[in-house]
Amino acid sequence: MKTAKRIIKGNKFSGRSFLERHSVFFLQLPFLALFFTFILLPVVVAFFLSFTDFNSIQTPRFIGLDNYVNLFTKDTVFMRYALPNTLSFALVVGVMGYILSFLMAWSLAQVTKGWRTVLAVILYSPSLTGSAMMGAVWRVVFSEDKVGYLNAFLLKQGLIQSPVNWLTNPQTLMMVMVLVSLWSSMGIGFLAMLAGILNVNRELYEAAYIDGVINRWQEILYITVPAAAPQMLFGAVMAVVGTFQSGSIGVVLSGGQNPTPGYAGQLLVTHIEDYGFLRYEMGYAAAVSVVLLLMIYGISRLTNRLFAGEDTAS
Amino acid sequence: MSKRNKNKIRIIGMNPQRFDKGQLKFLGYLIPLALVMMLPIVFIFFNAFKPTEELFLYPPRFITLRPTLQNFRNLVATSANKAIPASRYLFNSLLSTLLVMALTLLITSSAAYVMSKKRYRLKNMLFELNKISLMFVPVAVAIPRYFIITRLGLIDSFLSSVIPLLAMPVGLYLVKQFIDQIPESMVEAARIDGAGDYAILRRIIMPNITPALATVAVLSFQSAWNSTEASVYYMHNEAIKNFAYYLTSLSAGGNASDVTSALTGGSAASGALAGMGISAAGTLIMFVPNLVMFIFLQSKVMNTMAHSGMKS
Repeated sequence: MKTAKRIIKGNKFSGRSFLERHSVFFLQLPFLALFFTFILLPVVVAFFLSFTDFNSIQTPRFIGLDNYVNLFTKDTVFMRYALPNTLSFALVVGVMGYILSFLMAWSLAQVTKGWRTVLAVILYSPSLTGSAMMGAVWRVVFSEDKVGYLNAFLLKQGLIQSPVNWLTNPQTLMMVMVLVSLWSSMGIGFLAMLAGILNVNRELYEAAYIDGVINRWQEILYITVPAAAPQMLFGAVMAVVGTFQSGSIGVVLSGGQNPTPGYAGQLLVTHIEDYGFLRYEMGYAAAVSVVLLLMIYGISRLTNRLFAGEDTAS
Repeated sequence: MSKRNKNKIRIIGMNPQRFDKGQLKFLGYLIPLALVMMLPIVFIFFNAFKPTEELFLYPPRFITLRPTLQNFRNLVATSANKAIPASRYLFNSLLSTLLVMALTLLITSSAAYVMSKKRYRLKNMLFELNKISLMFVPVAVAIPRYFIITRLGLIDSFLSSVIPLLAMPVGLYLVKQFIDQIPESMVEAARIDGAGDYAILRRIIMPNITPALATVAVLSFQSAWNSTEASVYYMHNEAIKNFAYYLTSLSAGGNASDVTSALTGGSAASGALAGMGISAAGTLIMFVPNLVMFIFLQSKVMNTMAHSGMKS
């Protein structure tokens, strides 16, 4: 009784009880403070900066929509290279990478656990090479001179007469970028889809078999995809984000050159870096950032819509 | 009849417990594909241990015949020329990565617990906001981030390689989804026993979400270990930059080849090749911890991913 009283008393007046009463606030405080400062605030700042002329030294000057107008009417690099490159890169790498991830996850679900684990680790491991390693890894293969593995191989087979400058030739740079991005596209979204497919209830397959599902395509379409849809949506969001995240791959592959040779590997991300950190036109770069974020948001909404359709169909 | 049986075997084929011949066709394309995907990393592995004359070889040979640690020694020697030893970069990487991992785990799990198990206004809005922010690609907002870091006085501070990485929306998302699986009754029982939120978090939640924590550990390790953002944009002082940055400075441009050709007294071309060996060695140092960590925690990661589902 005495101790109970002491505990109550202690709780009421000590600092600990204050923390305890406001635990919802204090437990969230560190995350939310950092989240607002480093994730939300940058987006808000980018939005406001995009309406200004700002060279990072003088105070930003409000210029209304000028940055956007210039971006869409005067910036030939943006209209001719950065925007179309980004769209085609996103389409090819995003869609193909996603389909590839799903097919690999689905295939892995059909083999025994030992094989599955080893193969999943191998397929996932390229996504562990961040941009820092990417350059070194792929330079070995695409090295310009005849000592590069790919050039040496093609020369030996007689498929080419002289070494190809894979990384400085505007015609091949984009192709290499797509290839490298696809190679590293099986990341966390791929693992989520694999887990989702493995967790589909076996009885669903048996029921479908009784209902007359006759081939694998039907099985995928009517059971696997709807049942693993939540993980597949997560995988889709990760694919969209990953695709745009890897936007600086062109600069990395061409040895840190920005702009990339002949603007061939110029994407929105590299365009932002070009204007922001090389020319110090921060307001203009912020406008490109806003366009990029809107694009990512739009594409994510679209994927969401697709999966919503999938849900009602099943 | 036989057709029906065949169908049945195929359907049970999903997530099989035992090996059977039907799986061969999947392995038939999965294994070659995995081998092709491994190739670049295998190249790096062999190159890292190649002596200079084998790097010179034409036609190039994948396999290293006389493995040597020369490239690793060159890596150390190259940086010794520049007053900042390679070990310093490596130490910076280790320290910032460990700090990021530990702090991310702490703040993510506490916030995720509250968002999963407590009832308060704004809860759904906050989680929704976090979900949308999965799409805020960090590279897109590099410039405003730079200004915020400047305002906070973090320029040229070691902390600029730690603090901006701590809030990880995907981490919060995964941990919160995982905590949702813990039955309400368990938390309630602890509360009746007089446990406060901090005690519940420590004694009930934490021990039950180790797979999710392992996943966040893997992801935060990757984001910190591979990050060059802080070293490139926020730091002028070489002594606080990390190993990932050092590696890009080696492989980008002729940086390494200049130094090594001066070092070995050879031509620029031989320097470039030696540079290739050095950057292969550096890449291997970067890659192996990433891989080892994932291999050890992969079953936990897979367990977490099962709860990663999103409703559209």
